[in-house]
Amino acid sequence: MQPPRLHKHGLYDPTHEHDACGVGFVANIKGKATHTIIEQGLEVLENLTHRGACGCDADTGDGAGILVQIPDAFLRAACSDLSITLPPRGEYGIGTVFIPNNDTDRDRCVQLFEQVIREEGQVLLGWRQVPIDTGACGELARSVMPDIRQVLIGAGAGITDDAALERKLFVIRKRVEARAREAGLSDPDGFYVPSLSCRTIVYKGLLLPTQMQAFFSDLTDPTFTSALALVHQRFSTNTLPSWDRAHPYRLLAHNGEINTLRGNINWMHARQSMFASPLFGEDMSKLFPIIAPGGSDSSGFDNALELLVHTGRSLPHAVMMMIPEAWQKHEGMSPEKRAFYEYHACMMEPWDGPASIAFSDGTVIGAVLDRNGLRPSRYVVTKDGLVVMASEVGVLQIPPENVASKGRLQPGRMFLVDTAQGRIIDDTELKDGIASHTPYQQHLDANLVRLDDVPAPPAEAIAPYTSDGLLTRQQAFGYSIEDLRILMGPMAVNGQEAIGSMGTDTPLAVLSDKPQLLYGYFKQLFAQVTNPPIDPIREELVMSVKATIGAEQNLFEETAAHCRQLELEHPVIDNAEMAKIKALDDPGLRTVTLPMLFPAHDERVGLEEALATLCNDAQTAIENGATILVLSDRGMNAKQVAIPSLLATAAVHHHLIRAGTRTRCGLVVESGEAREVMHFCLLIGYGAGAINPYVAFETVTHMLAEGTITCDSPAEAIAHYVKATDKGILKVMTKMGISTVQSYRGAQIFEAIGLNRALIDAHFTGTPSRIQGIGLDALAREACVRHRDAFEVAPELDGELQVGGQYQWRRRGEFHMYNPNSIAKLQHAVRAGNYRMYKEYADLVNDESRHRATLRGLLRFRRSTAIPIDEVEPASAIVTRFKTGAMSFGSISREAHENLAIAMNRLGGKSNTGEGGEDPDRFVPLPNGDSRRSAIKQVASGRFGVTSHYLVNSDEIQIKMAQGAKPGEGGQLPGHKVDAYIAKIRYSTPGVGLISPPPHHDIYSIEDLAQLIHDLKNSNNQARVSVKLVAEVGVGTVAAGVSKAKADVVLISGHDGGTGASPLTSTKHAGAPWELGLAETQQVLVMNDLRSRIRVETDGQLKTGRDVAIAALLGAEEYGFASAALVASGCIMMRVCHLNTCPVGIATQDPVLRKKFSGKPEHVVHFMTFIAEELREIMAELGFRTIDEMVGRVDMLEMSDAIDHWKARGIDLSEILTVPTGWRDTALHCTGPQDHGLDKALDNQLIELCKPALEHRTPVEHTLPIRNVNRTACTMLSAEISRRHGLQGLPPETIKLHFSGSAGQSFGAFMAPGISVTIAGDANDYFGKGMSGGQIIVAPPPGATFVPEDNIIVGNVSLYGATGGEVFCRGQGGERFAVRNSGATAVVEGVGDHGCEYMTRGLIVVLGKTGRNFAAGMSGGVAYVFDEDRSFAPHCNMGMVSFDPLEDADVAMLKDLIHRHYEYTGSTVAWQMLSGWKEATQHFVKVMPVEYRKVLASAHLDTDDARVAAV
Amino acid sequence: MGKISGFLEISRELPPRRPVAERLKDWQELEGKLSDEKLQSQGARCMDCGIPFCHKGCPLGNIIPDWNDLIYRGRWKEAIDRLHSTNNFPEFTGRVCPAPCEEACVLNINNDAVTIKQIEKQIIDHAFKEGWIVPVPPSTRTGKKIAVVGSGPAGLAAAAQLNRAGHTVEVFERADRIGGLLRYGIPDFKLEKSTVERRVEQMRQEGVVFHVNANVGAGVPVADLRAQFDAIVLCGGATQARDLPIPGRELNGIHFAMDFLPQQNKKVAGDTVENQLVATGKNVIILGGGDTGSDCLGTSNRQGAKSIHQFELLPKPAESRGAAGIAPWPNWPMILRSSSSHEEGVVRDWSLNTKRFTGDADGNVRQLHGVRLDWKKGDDGRMQMEETPGSEFTLDCELVLLAMGFLGPERKGMIDELGVDLDQRGNVVVGDDYQSSVPGVFACGDMRRGQSLVVWAIWEGREAARAVDAHLMGQTFLKASPDC
Repeated sequence: MQPPRLHKHGLYDPTHEHDACGVGFVANIKGKATHTIIEQGLEVLENLTHRGACGCDADTGDGAGILVQIPDAFLRAACSDLSITLPPRGEYGIGTVFIPNNDTDRDRCVQLFEQVIREEGQVLLGWRQVPIDTGACGELARSVMPDIRQVLIGAGAGITDDAALERKLFVIRKRVEARAREAGLSDPDGFYVPSLSCRTIVYKGLLLPTQMQAFFSDLTDPTFTSALALVHQRFSTNTLPSWDRAHPYRLLAHNGEINTLRGNINWMHARQSMFASPLFGEDMSKLFPIIAPGGSDSSGFDNALELLVHTGRSLPHAVMMMIPEAWQKHEGMSPEKRAFYEYHACMMEPWDGPASIAFSDGTVIGAVLDRNGLRPSRYVVTKDGLVVMASEVGVLQIPPENVASKGRLQPGRMFLVDTAQGRIIDDTELKDGIASHTPYQQHLDANLVRLDDVPAPPAEAIAPYTSDGLLTRQQAFGYSIEDLRILMGPMAVNGQEAIGSMGTDTPLAVLSDKPQLLYGYFKQLFAQVTNPPIDPIREELVMSVKATIGAEQNLFEETAAHCRQLELEHPVIDNAEMAKIKALDDPGLRTVTLPMLFPAHDERVGLEEALATLCNDAQTAIENGATILVLSDRGMNAKQVAIPSLLATAAVHHHLIRAGTRTRCGLVVESGEAREVMHFCLLIGYGAGAINPYVAFETVTHMLAEGTITCDSPAEAIAHYVKATDKGILKVMTKMGISTVQSYRGAQIFEAIGLNRALIDAHFTGTPSRIQGIGLDALAREACVRHRDAFEVAPELDGELQVGGQYQWRRRGEFHMYNPNSIAKLQHAVRAGNYRMYKEYADLVNDESRHRATLRGLLRFRRSTAIPIDEVEPASAIVTRFKTGAMSFGSISREAHENLAIAMNRLGGKSNTGEGGEDPDRFVPLPNGDSRRSAIKQVASGRFGVTSHYLVNSDEIQIKMAQGAKPGEGGQLPGHKVDAYIAKIRYSTPGVGLISPPPHHDIYSIEDLAQLIHDLKNSNNQARVSVKLVAEVGVGTVAAGVSKAKADVVLISGHDGGTGASPLTSTKHAGAPWELGLAETQQVLVMNDLRSRIRVETDGQLKTGRDVAIAALLGAEEYGFASAALVASGCIMMRVCHLNTCPVGIATQDPVLRKKFSGKPEHVVHFMTFIAEELREIMAELGFRTIDEMVGRVDMLEMSDAIDHWKARGIDLSEILTVPTGWRDTALHCTGPQDHGLDKALDNQLIELCKPALEHRTPVEHTLPIRNVNRTACTMLSAEISRRHGLQGLPPETIKLHFSGSAGQSFGAFMAPGISVTIAGDANDYFGKGMSGGQIIVAPPPGATFVPEDNIIVGNVSLYGATGGEVFCRGQGGERFAVRNSGATAVVEGVGDHGCEYMTRGLIVVLGKTGRNFAAGMSGGVAYVFDEDRSFAPHCNMGMVSFDPLEDADVAMLKDLIHRHYEYTGSTVAWQMLSGWKEATQHFVKVMPVEYRKVLASAHLDTDDARVAAV
Repeated sequence: MGKISGFLEISRELPPRRPVAERLKDWQELEGKLSDEKLQSQGARCMDCGIPFCHKGCPLGNIIPDWNDLIYRGRWKEAIDRLHSTNNFPEFTGRVCPAPCEEACVLNINNDAVTIKQIEKQIIDHAFKEGWIVPVPPSTRTGKKIAVVGSGPAGLAAAAQLNRAGHTVEVFERADRIGGLLRYGIPDFKLEKSTVERRVEQMRQEGVVFHVNANVGAGVPVADLRAQFDAIVLCGGATQARDLPIPGRELNGIHFAMDFLPQQNKKVAGDTVENQLVATGKNVIILGGGDTGSDCLGTSNRQGAKSIHQFELLPKPAESRGAAGIAPWPNWPMILRSSSSHEEGVVRDWSLNTKRFTGDADGNVRQLHGVRLDWKKGDDGRMQMEETPGSEFTLDCELVLLAMGFLGPERKGMIDELGVDLDQRGNVVVGDDYQSSVPGVFACGDMRRGQSLVVWAIWEGREAARAVDAHLMGQTFLKASPDC
């Protein structure tokens, strides 16, 4: 059977593919080419194998490759064998070419290649068949293996130097690629040109690192030499074989993800028409399209980068343009560099996302990290002139005495080896050099106009905030009472977005009977697994809402005119700012205002024509010199309806992109319609540079005048409102990991649900929309309904706004699935234990959903042969597949939490701890046999209470990547909810608020997730590891990656899930229904043959047996209930969980209210049993005896044909109902376990060695070597300790282990008390993750001559979520040292950025420098920083901490710790401090969280004894 | 909104009723009012629920949390606007509604409900006092003419809404005053008639034409209405009382409640009532334990009855919901309900069946002969009654008032003449559009749904008005409050 290619099928779309990897390079600084470099490069690659993955076929890797200098001598010899005579080095180019492996395509490709070479006036020297051993790769790889050849091209006439040849080769490659796409090849995916250059060559393929040499015998030839080698091991989220997606690309290898890709591609395309370069002249148009279609984000990045390089910029310069540092808020940056970045921001938006990019043009080789430093990069420089850079340290064995220095790449920094100059050029020298080439600051001063500096227009030009006719305008734009009361009030009063609870249960916009704004048809996308969301509050320093608008110039020049733009501090502007923009009429900054209106009398045609006119007018305005276009609905009146502002904006944006004029103007939207954060995000996401929401401002002003809100002045209310939108926009951007508005603009980070293809293709080009839906006519109708209500209805009937009912149930308002009837019926049924009453409830819910709420409501079961119900498996078996949702103890009361646990244990199902830890008392059954232990232990980003002991007491460990109500966001448990009991379980301090970060700081990409899964599997090899995702477009691809990362279960949550507290923007507008996510997941897993090794679970407003039946048919074998289980326990959807006032004692910690909890385990037991019974009835009807038979049988579903809803009629669910086909017969449900590879773990040996200690507490001591491939060492050993000896573990130093070498990732993860370890060497990322006790000492090996305190010794994200133990590091730590520490003590000699972030307890002593943003979000614990030169203060985030004087107790304790540090590690830093102790104490800064200090003081814990005892 | 922790800090509080001794001497209302401050703090008890069950429990769909919050924040004007958006006559429901909203209040699960009804009443009373209730005549007239037959709560609500929508509305009332049951069914001590009159006056100033002594189907020929109006809305109520066909029923002194109560209302209004039927000095027996019975009780006490007994056929209901869960929250529970009239003196008894009456030689009733009942659950699950052997009793009486419910509209006259279809229970059958089997003839209120509450009648009047407006205009902008 032919394996499937990466083609769109059903819900699967290859544009959502992600990859991540290990990346590295070795280089001889002096540029001496040797074969050793090749061997070393390949050794690095092999040692990164664990960062990649393989598909369903264990011998087929996801891709590996190497980029090297052209091995001239080797090629010369090889070519002479082929009778090809090579010109001198530099006068010929060589290309590696993948050609489809069939005769017709092969000939066609060769032919067109040769033809293009001829047409471009170059000389075809000949072809060389690359020798390969097809037996060396996997079966799947072989099945789609291309014919791999090398083409040799000699320089033709007119080629004066190698740069000219390189450009010509670039033209040839681009032309060949374009021609091949149009050639009608039978296997178009088979043709690909990995490299074509006179400098470098790429060998890559669908291989494992270990297969490289065997497969490409060239690489083993001793004459094959290079001075540098760039290598890459890929981890892809699919198993669909693709040879071309292996890295390196022509200039780079990438680890990470470009989040803003869609926008970057659109902008690049839009700029195309202005491209001009003397270096290319007429050849320029031959390069189009710049971004090759169908490529990955890395491929697109490579395409843009090579364009910038070939058109004249240096490689580092081009990289700086594409991945700028976070310059806006960098207080220490040089003015030249800042000017460089500000100038280039006028030219090109950043390509934003987590990235470690290693690049080389054959002469320089370097690497850069994104502005937030979210990927690891470590390097070693040897005394004999070798540089080794890789995602990990220890990838190449280097004797300690040969090490000159060890370092890491820092956020935004570049590391460059110039083999021509024969030296390493450091970041400052490099960038300052580039930044001073051109007088950027002068250009900026002369041309860039800041809006604040534009003179104020006359008062009469500024539109007043009037109340006259306001009600009519509000009605025409669909304002509701809720918009004012719930959303806008808090924004104007507090500058904050509104918060709500318990998710959303209203219909999708396309299923709603109420007229919806167009914004409502879009859902925000968010990062999960393949890239991290960012914390916009605690990591504000990388964020920026500042942006410029105006005309761009030719990308390849740098003139003064390039920064003739308008700079805005915020995307949302007030009326005075709007007036300033409208008045601009200078050369290069000229504004034209265009009305976005259509005639009221003519709904459908009117809108269509008005849009066309608007687009044409925009085009004309640009041609007449306008550089800023204002789209305005100010002119709305009884006869003119406002075009939905998003429609107008997107239509103009895409029209101008197509016309090639988009970058010649900025778009500003003056709209009364926009008012919510989501609205602003959409407008920006579809191209708007600024928005003036004038009716929102009028509304806020009016509310203040009326007294419904309180604020000092209208100006203040408006300022608050703008501030709230800034914060909200940042939050939405950061969900996707995007840091700047400049790159968010036009990035289209949305999915449409319920819009038809014609509409999307015309105006929202490139936006996923998978169920079709309404088009322009329905949008016109909705706009006209609102317009008529506003303008036509007599005022006496019309005195108020519509009620809304989105956030709270209202009779006149939006439909809710949880409504008075459904809640009352459900509660009555479970309390009475009455199945008949339950069926009334179920009928009500099932019927409602059929008519108007959910996608599953539009599905029905196909007729089938029924079976007697007693042949169906019993309810008692079915309920074991049921789970309750992750709700933390802390968010809900102890009573409610334990009630669910007891109920699920009685049923044999599973309850979930949520992210708040669990009291160990609950692991012990009650006397009556009930158990309060939650079978599922959740591991979320906060890692509260996650200890070795917690993990061994689980049946399933769930990694929460996202939650339905607020995917991509963190959480916060306010101090007033943290009582003594909660604090104990969460390892924090009573009364001190707790922050869960948006990302897991050990998961920034898919291979990190694989690592965490591996860690958790080590922490409890008897538990399943589950990964919780939230449905959005592309989730299936992520799920495939999760399966390849060896998760045992993947949970697809719907967007509508409940929660304790979430911004309403997120609750309503982020994520997709589970039906879409689940169906996509099932399809992608089956297509990739990954389904059989993973269980699939779904949740999100499951309420009835019918819901479960549909979930099963769509592919889920386990089912979660959260809101419904709470309703069964007494929840009445107050939606005040965030206020601690739950009147039924569920979502509260107030002791008075907790007493009112009246739920009983039997209520939940009844509920689950009734669901199972209803499900059995459906199974009998459909003829299924077991759930296993039923899972994935999507063929048993069809779309209901009785949809008479005027909007729903356009919906097409065929993509959901697509029956997936695997490339071989493949299971539709899980049939076997994952291979976690635990048998290869070092810990098996450790456990054996430590048996006496484990069994008899007899002390043991051993010495062993360790390497970077030994990951997660000491974790299984710790699990054994916790399992046998409980929370207390073993007495200190019962087990002593001494390692030498570079420890792999997650060394000492979840280490239990009783283990004491030394490492002579260094360690990688996640060192001491979740450490629960014990001691780790790391110091350089004997023989090392580098200065330890100047070098890095442990990687990023050390001690993440640690709850205990001690660590001593002789050397520096990386980024985020001790992030979320809640109990460990550590001494370290320097840390990177974001040290001690979110810390809640514990003690950190830094004997050297810290990076920026130290102590951000630190709410507890103490840090001491040695600050001899007083440079620390600007590096500390003072948001939650203050600097306290050292007291005697502090000094005594510090002395003790530093003394021990000296004893353990031999630290010279410690020795020097101790020798001048009095002096040294003067230089320590004590970093103390303010809130924590207050609580300690009030608890009288602040005594010397208590504090010293705490250490 | 509201005060977030208000319900934890403030207890439910109602104004005291006037003392029994005092109130028995007059016919004035007996419910007091809370100070504005106290009322605001009662509003603060509202929890602003995600699902306001009160809003569902209220037949009108009053948006209770919104105005509770507005009252808490002292925003009376907006409160009355929000209240009027669902209810034309909060002054009526604020006085006579049994407040199913309070039964459904989420606080009622494990605490005391918010004093919704009291807040409603004070919002509208405050608005009248401030002079905010002024005529709002429609800005344009549609030219359509509508006849509303009956001026009870349904008729008034329909008329008010249709007039707002710009139609020309004439109301036909067979009695001598406007108000229907509000005017002649409910005693003054529960609803002073000035309250009705001021609202009727407002409507009149808005352009509604009222005809009294206009009995459609008798004095006013049905054909005339058909000819003169574009639509007719029947709001005649369910006025046919349930009778008790047992021996002795024909004796003097046995009367329907609705023969008794209106006379007193007329008297209070200053009319002279010839041969008024009074309870003064008599032993009174009221048969029927509902609201009408209660009204007979309060009226009899005020007239100076010698003794009063109130008997109910059904067994005594539970005192509270308890754990039995018969009608669990948020449903309306069948529990023992005592009105203010019960505080004023009565002997109540349940599970009693009246077998016959006996009288004196002049044909006046003298004694009631009854028997006690045992209620048991039958095989079909329904309650069945059985007489308790040996429990027969006799009780002296000079006045017996029958308050045993109503059996739908009267058929004679208008209904028969119009020829509208009736259902099994004798109510007018209408479609979703409130139109009867006769095109252009609509029905609502008790006439459509059978005997019910004032609050339901107002809702019916509003919904019917929407239907009529849509029927005449092709669309309607009158606000809906869909039943759900």
